[in-house]
Amino acid sequence: MRALVWHGKEDIRCDTLTDPEIEQPRDAIVKVTSCAICGSDLHLFHNFIPAMLPGDIMGHEMMGEVVEVGPEAKHKLKVGDRVVVPFTIICGECDQCKRGNFSVCEATNRKKYLADKVFGHPTAGLFGYTHLTGGYPGGQAEYLRVPFADATHIKVPDGIPDEKVLFLGDIFPTGWQAAVQCDIQPTDTVAIWGCGPVGQMAIRSAVLLGAKQVIAIDHLPDRLEMAEAGGAVTINFDEESVVERLNELTGGLGPEKCIDAIGMEAHVSPSMPDTVYDRAKQMLGAESDRPHVLREMIYVCRPAGVISIPGVYGGLVDKFPMGQLMNKGLTIRTGQTHVNRWTDDLLRRIEEGQIDPSFVITHTVSLEEGPEMYKVFRDKQDSCIKVVLKP
Amino acid sequence: MTYSISNIARSKGDPKVLHSGPSSLGAADRMARALGWFSIGLGLAELIAAERITRALGMEGKETLVRAYGVRELGHGIVSLSPDKHLGLWSRVAGDGLDIATLMTAMRHDNPKRDNVGIALAAVLGVTLLDIIGAQGVTARHRRPSSQLRSYRDRTGFPRGVQAARGAARDFKVPPDMRAAPALAAVSDRATQEKAQEKARPH
Repeated sequence: MRALVWHGKEDIRCDTLTDPEIEQPRDAIVKVTSCAICGSDLHLFHNFIPAMLPGDIMGHEMMGEVVEVGPEAKHKLKVGDRVVVPFTIICGECDQCKRGNFSVCEATNRKKYLADKVFGHPTAGLFGYTHLTGGYPGGQAEYLRVPFADATHIKVPDGIPDEKVLFLGDIFPTGWQAAVQCDIQPTDTVAIWGCGPVGQMAIRSAVLLGAKQVIAIDHLPDRLEMAEAGGAVTINFDEESVVERLNELTGGLGPEKCIDAIGMEAHVSPSMPDTVYDRAKQMLGAESDRPHVLREMIYVCRPAGVISIPGVYGGLVDKFPMGQLMNKGLTIRTGQTHVNRWTDDLLRRIEEGQIDPSFVITHTVSLEEGPEMYKVFRDKQDSCIKVVLKP
Repeated sequence: MTYSISNIARSKGDPKVLHSGPSSLGAADRMARALGWFSIGLGLAELIAAERITRALGMEGKETLVRAYGVRELGHGIVSLSPDKHLGLWSRVAGDGLDIATLMTAMRHDNPKRDNVGIALAAVLGVTLLDIIGAQGVTARHRRPSSQLRSYRDRTGFPRGVQAARGAARDFKVPPDMRAAPALAAVSDRATQEKAQEKARPH
């Protein structure tokens, strides 16, 4: 089969590989019909997330048709079923899964010994990600083995195009969870840093959940335009001060809820000196992440507000304003997405026409064009916001 | 074939690479990478063998300067190997200028190692040319032309429009583990109500 394979920093190739095989009774094999490049794939592309190995298959946002089912998954899946595969691999049986904390499933990380050392305790296995989360082959491929497939799937009905449901596997529930964990009230202003795919989904989620005002922050005009189309007031940080404008839009109080849809690779600009400092430290290996957005959110958030962090962080951050956080009594909520906790509800909302997540797709290409699209997406060329690959 | 070695970290049923395809790295990226490693090698040499370098060029007494240039080269190398490689390569071009200016000071007629300086200058000029080609290449490859901007004005994501979407999911019940502290507005409302009740209460 063909797949997009990580060979090193900024080196993704469309390789020919052996086909995946069923290993465990709960496994299934899915023939991938659509998959996407996610913003967090770029952290792997830049080798900012540790423990990637040459030969690892990329991709954690995919869907397709079940073509083979292990004996213990047959009660839930059959050949021909159309499924979206959530990026978090879940057993559905452990304490965390029973609580709905699927992204910290205690059973699916097959490299628990590594995760124990780095995280203290293991988190769920993830597709197409670091070996700290199991090193499972990803879905930017023609075929995918889905471990624990009886639990790790979202069945989707025929008749809905792939593009409308593909993002149930990651960015839609990620944006949704980011907004949900803000516990949005009708009186709230929700400020969202980053108008990439997750930021766009968080904007739509905050609008649907009834925020009084949604404010989107970025500096790319095309992304800001898409944010505005979704109902957000926009701030271009190249043109105006984020803090001043947010205070102006909230009567000097600050937004009650802040969402970081940027993560570890905040934009670097001499006009934001801390970002230059972070970049220099990151290059020297003295800091793994660039937490400019965290600093700004904590500074501007209304006291007693909520900071929601769907953006991916990889390791250590520097100059974290713990004093502001503590004194303002802010609540931080973060984590990888508990995808299956939200997908039944979100699928219903798609079917009812409340939202159509395909709005975010800007490029649809073949798998062979994938390596080049990593570069286009990373460099934000051709107004690229979301790439869908068709294996 | 590094992926063959890394296969020891994979399970039996995991796909293994048979043939490798074209890479996301372009020629300019590979050149940047080569120049980055060259910078690191040169920087280490300047740090470790400053005396030998100054002796070969007839620049005795300039060891500290050569070591400082070594540190500078390491910086160029680190940035050239990062995603901001264009900055690294343009900084190398600037550094080449500094190297040329420094070598020119050793092109004195009374320098017995003048020939070595000439060879070094020719080498630096050659590398400068490569640096300029590399810097222009990566800048062009990773540039985001503003003329390519597309319009996304119609990408609402809401089939029934934004106004209909506002609050359409208010039926959603936030799970107890994700609820915030009581909303500020709710607290103020309660305080106002309590004040009103206090006023209404007969004394």
